[in-house]
Amino acid sequence: MTQTVTDFEGQGAISVKGLVKRFGTVEVLKNIDVEIKKGEVVCVIGPSGSGKTTMLRCVNLLEQPTAGKIIVNGFDVTDSECDIDAMRRSIGMVFQQFNLFPHLTVLQNLTIAQTSVLKRSKSDAEKEARHNLERVGMAHKEGAYPPQLSGGQQQRIAIARSLSMNPALMLFDEPTSALDPELVGEVLAVMKGLAQEGMTMMVVTHEMAFARDVADRVIFMDGGYVVEEGTAEQVIGNPQHERTKSFMFRVLNPTQVEEGDEFPAPPVGGVEMVKPLALDPNLGSGQAGY
Amino acid sequence: MTKRQRTTFIRSGQYAIIVVIIALLAIVGHWNDFRLQFLDFHSMGQILPRVLKTGLINTLLYTVMAFIFGLVVGLIVALMRMSEVRLYRWIATVYVELLRGLPTLLVLFLLNYAIPTLFGPSSKIFSNFYLLVTVGLGSVAAAYMSETIRAGVQAVPKGQMEAARTLGMSRGQAMRLVILPQAFRIIIPPMTNEIILLIKDSSLVYALSFTATQYDLTYLTQTAASGGISGIAATASPLLLAGIAYLVVTLPLSQAVRALERKQAKRR
Repeated sequence: MTQTVTDFEGQGAISVKGLVKRFGTVEVLKNIDVEIKKGEVVCVIGPSGSGKTTMLRCVNLLEQPTAGKIIVNGFDVTDSECDIDAMRRSIGMVFQQFNLFPHLTVLQNLTIAQTSVLKRSKSDAEKEARHNLERVGMAHKEGAYPPQLSGGQQQRIAIARSLSMNPALMLFDEPTSALDPELVGEVLAVMKGLAQEGMTMMVVTHEMAFARDVADRVIFMDGGYVVEEGTAEQVIGNPQHERTKSFMFRVLNPTQVEEGDEFPAPPVGGVEMVKPLALDPNLGSGQAGY
Repeated sequence: MTKRQRTTFIRSGQYAIIVVIIALLAIVGHWNDFRLQFLDFHSMGQILPRVLKTGLINTLLYTVMAFIFGLVVGLIVALMRMSEVRLYRWIATVYVELLRGLPTLLVLFLLNYAIPTLFGPSSKIFSNFYLLVTVGLGSVAAAYMSETIRAGVQAVPKGQMEAARTLGMSRGQAMRLVILPQAFRIIIPPMTNEIILLIKDSSLVYALSFTATQYDLTYLTQTAASGGISGIAATASPLLLAGIAYLVVTLPLSQAVRALERKQAKRR
C-alpha cells in the first residue's frame, strides 16, 4: 500500500494525548496516551469494558472525545475545524459485525465509496475493487450479496472494502469476535498479510496468537487506563502488572477458571503457557480464552 | 365424550348457526327489491364507460399525484424529524401531529375555503383543482408516510451509517446511498397500506368544488345512483360497480407486494 501512503501528511500515524471519554457520568477512558508510528502494528488487548473499543472509535471520531488531543495521519481530529470526511478517507475501519451493505453486491460494496467519495470512474473503481478482492481471496464472489456469505468471507470483503479507499492506516475493532471459531483463521491470515506489506494497523483483539505473531507492540488496557505496553513477548509472555498477569492467566488458561472464581492468582514465577501458541493464524486456533 | 368428539360437536354447532343465519336472511330479506336496486345490469352497462374512463382514471390520477407529493414531503419531514437541528425536529413534529390528528375531509374543506380567501377566488394557480387535490390528500399522506419512513430508517442497523461514514461519505451521501435504499425495502409493505388508504381517501375530493369530468369513482357512481345523470335510472347498481372497480385496483396491489416480499426474502 505504499503508493497511497504518500497522499497524507504525517503518514499513517496516530498520536493520542490525554484522551478522556465520558458517557454521561461514566468515565470510560481516563487519560490515555498512545503513539503509533508509520508501519507499526499495535494490538490493543484487555477485558471487556476496559475502553479498548471506545479508544479506537475516538480515533476516527465515531465517538466524540471528552478531552484530550488526537492527531491521525496529520489531521487534528479534536480540532473543530478538522475535515472529518477527509480524515476518515485516510483511515480504514473494520468492524466486529462487518457492516457490509446488504442491498449491494460484493463488488458494489467496494466501489460505492470510491465513486461517490473519491469520484473515481466506475471502471477505475472496479479495477481497484477487483484487485483488493483478489488480495483477500474473494474475487470469485464479486456478484454475491453479503447475506449469502459466511462471516469469515464477509469480514474479508469488509477489509477489501476499506483497502479500496487506499487508506494510510487501518483500525480493526475485534474483527474476529463475531466469527465461528473455524472462520477466524482466514481473516487473521488476511490481516497478517496486510501487516507484512507495511500497513499501519491498530487492532483491538482477543487473539493472543495473532498479537504474538504479528504485533510490533501490544497495549494492555483495563478500567479506562493503559496499564502496560511493550512488545508482545513482554506483555503477553512476561507481564509486569498484577492486572495484566491475572488477565493473561485467565485468557491463556480458560479451563482453570472455576465458577465464582473471578481472579485466580497467577502461578508463582509468571505466566506459563499451557501450550505453545499457534503462530500460524491459518491454523485458526480460535479465540484464545473466550 | 372424547376430546375429539367434543371438538366435532362444537364445530357442527357453529356450522349450524351460520346456516340458520343465512336461511333467516334469505327468508326475511326483500331479495327481489334488492336485485332491482343493485343488479340493474342495464344501467350498469350504461354507466360502465364513464366508470372506467372518468371515475377510475380520476381516482388513480388523484392517488398517484397525492402519493408522489406525500412521498417527497414525507421524506423531507422524516429527515427533519431525525435531524440534529432542534428547529427542524420541532417543525416536523408539529406537522405530523397536526395533519395526523385532523380528518382528511376537514383538511380538504379547510383548503377549499382557505385558498380562495388567501389568494383571491379567481387565482388560476392556487385554485387549480388538481393542485388542491395533490396538496390536500398529499399533505395528510405525508404525515403518515414520514412516520413510516422514519421507522424504516431507524430499523437499519446503526453500523450501516458508521461503516458508510468511516469510508468518508458525508451524512447525506450515507443516507442516500446506504440507509434509504435499505429503509425503503423495509417499508414497502406499510407503504402499500398507505397507497391503499390513499386510493380510498381519494373519494373525499368531493369536498373541493369540481366538474363532471373530474368526478372520482365514488362521486360519479353516487351521482348516477341518485339520478343525477340523465338517461340512467336511479338505482344503487353503479355503486356496486364502483366497489368492484376499487377492488380491481387494490387486490392486485396487495398481490404484487406479496410477490415482491417473497423475492426479497429469497435473496437474503
